[in-house]
Amino acid sequence: MFEALREALIEEMKLDPTVCVMGEDVGHYGGSYKVTKGLAEMFGDLRVLDTPIAENSFTGMGIGAAMKGLRPVVEGMNMGFLLLAYNQISNNCGMLHYTSGGQFKIPIVIRGPGGVGRQLGAEHSQRLESYFQSIPGLQMVACSTPYNAKGLMKAAIRSENPVVLFEHVLLYNMKEKIPDEEYICCLEEAEMVRPGEHVTILTYSRMRYHVMQAAKTLVNKGYDPEVIDIRSLKPFDLHTIGNSIKKTHRVLIVEECMRTGGIGASLRSAIIDNFWDYLDAPIMCLSSQDVPTPYAATLEDATVVQPAQIVAAVEQICQ
Amino acid sequence: MAATSFTAAKFLAPVAARSGGERAPPLPAGASSSSFARAMRRGGAHHPRLRTALAVSSDVLAGNKAQAAAANPAVTREEALELYEDMVLGRVFEDMCAQMYYRGKMFGFVHLYNGQEAVSTGFIKYLNQADCVVSTYRDHVHALSKGVPARSVMAELFGKATGCCRGQGGSMHMFSAPHNLLGGFAFIGEGIPVATGAAFAAKYRHEVLKQSGPDGLDVTVAFFGDGTCNNGQFFECLNMAQLWKLPIIFVVENNLWAIGMSHLRATSDPEIFKKGPAFGMPGVHVDGMDVLKVREVAKEAIDRARRGEGPTLVECETYRFRGHSLADPDELRKPGKDYFPVSFYFFASLVKFLVLTRLSGEMENGIKASLAKFVAMLKMASNIVLMKTDEKSHYAARDPITALKKYIIEENLATESELKSIEKKIEDVVEEAVEFADASPHPPRSQLLENVFADPKGFGIGPDGKYRCEDPKFTQGTAQV
Repeated sequence: MFEALREALIEEMKLDPTVCVMGEDVGHYGGSYKVTKGLAEMFGDLRVLDTPIAENSFTGMGIGAAMKGLRPVVEGMNMGFLLLAYNQISNNCGMLHYTSGGQFKIPIVIRGPGGVGRQLGAEHSQRLESYFQSIPGLQMVACSTPYNAKGLMKAAIRSENPVVLFEHVLLYNMKEKIPDEEYICCLEEAEMVRPGEHVTILTYSRMRYHVMQAAKTLVNKGYDPEVIDIRSLKPFDLHTIGNSIKKTHRVLIVEECMRTGGIGASLRSAIIDNFWDYLDAPIMCLSSQDVPTPYAATLEDATVVQPAQIVAAVEQICQ
Repeated sequence: MAATSFTAAKFLAPVAARSGGERAPPLPAGASSSSFARAMRRGGAHHPRLRTALAVSSDVLAGNKAQAAAANPAVTREEALELYEDMVLGRVFEDMCAQMYYRGKMFGFVHLYNGQEAVSTGFIKYLNQADCVVSTYRDHVHALSKGVPARSVMAELFGKATGCCRGQGGSMHMFSAPHNLLGGFAFIGEGIPVATGAAFAAKYRHEVLKQSGPDGLDVTVAFFGDGTCNNGQFFECLNMAQLWKLPIIFVVENNLWAIGMSHLRATSDPEIFKKGPAFGMPGVHVDGMDVLKVREVAKEAIDRARRGEGPTLVECETYRFRGHSLADPDELRKPGKDYFPVSFYFFASLVKFLVLTRLSGEMENGIKASLAKFVAMLKMASNIVLMKTDEKSHYAARDPITALKKYIIEENLATESELKSIEKKIEDVVEEAVEFADASPHPPRSQLLENVFADPKGFGIGPDGKYRCEDPKFTQGTAQV
């Protein structure tokens, strides 16, 4: 997947000279996860800017540059570091277009790896999608495959809105064959992963793989789950989601966010608001435990949703 | 050792100010009482810790005409009148804001710039249209100096649709794309990275896109206060700006107060200009009540940046005549009174000293120790009294507009009546701005959702498969988003 993201960056930077990259170790080091490997040699030290360790300030710098016509791609080495940039992301990135009466646009992409990795410890295992989702004026997308990673990165760079692109630490080495010709994924659309009849499973990012693993077991047991990767965490694609609910009448949300105030919580209320009449069972939501991610492997596995839990949940819903 | 760390002498270590080459001699450690007495007689001092830094008075005011004339004339007639008009516009506008606020035409937090006009005018009038200005919540006058029409600013303050930000920003969020005013920020320090980004974009345009004006790089000026200089964003941006030699000037409007927090109580080393060299850039201290001095420093800093030599940190000693905002009762900065209370403390201390020493027989134990005690009591009294009574009158006497007016008349650059006609013209402009703002419509409901996203597809796809922004109710401001 890191190569897909890299390809997207290279293509967009070749097409549009105002696209630039900023972040820690993106230039000479090639990026902590190799997403920007070789870019500094291709495009120069100013277009692929190695910043000092000052997230709030270089994110703000990206915003100021965006206001003056550039299209920066700001990398948080780990999504968790962007908590330091929360001031700029909330106040300026999200709100500035509005408070300026539409005079300045902020076509910035803020990206980075988040999610629970392999025993990285609590602070490097954070999921910021729930923290950012209330910020007005921001779009949030999560990629999960090399195909949608490239497509979403290109769409995010081309968008006039500020977009936060959530990548996952454990998915960078995913491999997939992707088309040679140019393609873009729609930022606001969800992705149908596996059509089905019995239950709608809504998921995103790494949990998609746990869901697909559970789906194999479920199929053997005779269930037919419909799996949708919502991709767009803000705004939700209620069309794809709604059509699915109208077909299956049962919803399971599987996410890596914390239970409290997570994406699942928002999605649940959006579904209740819009599709209450179509539901035959209460919406189930499987989220991570409201616990700082422990270092120990056994405990870490217990904080995130595992395929066995997904199977059990589907069985419960479909009773 | 503890004793040497906390001696009074170190506490009174003198501040050597640099402004236009003037350098105050350092005070010897034991001389505090005599210099205090000198300061009392001069009548212009305030807090002893900053005494020498703030005693840099303008050559113009000191009537040092020979020195002023020996250098190239500070300003031409046209320039002087432009500066005068801009400062008067700032002052009259802000006074009108206060009136309008108390009449219930504008609401919320309104921060006025009275007294600080020299900084805004001194810097911004030297900029081109393509240069950027980034400010804080005390931004009305920066907007006016940059060329935003008074009527747009007033309408914005009234919350009308004809305001520069369509009424959506308000007092603390003045933006203007045509004038390259990049805000207007409510949280302090927030605008500094944005300014750094604008400077970065200027450098990028020059080096990557190969687009540059004939004069050189487009310059960005970031204005912020003394309180901001203790904030991380300030230091982080000083580092980055110098690292990449960005065309930016960091202008500190040091008015000694952050709401009710004195700069001296909040800052370990109150000399902000010294923090520039710590990052490798020049740090300059200038008398921010003298527009000509500010302009001299501005010219040098802006020209430097334009040539690609990098950033400058400029600390302007200035003062706000009004409270922090129109909601601030401003009780910590008492207005100037005559010296009766001070002399009362002096005699009270003297009497107390005499009585106590007589009663305790300390006289025999050591004159030196008793004198030291007396001096300490006096210092404490003076700190409290002078800090609270003298500051406002001290700065009121250095009103930048009065100073420039005096200079213009004494240098025969214009007549009194010409200046009066400028003042009248400005009053008309501001009156007209109020009438315009009054007559303008409030923003309609339909405006509510329009500027949340530059691309309104960001509101997403609704259950019916259509983008929410395509819903007819979207343009009415009542769509479900």
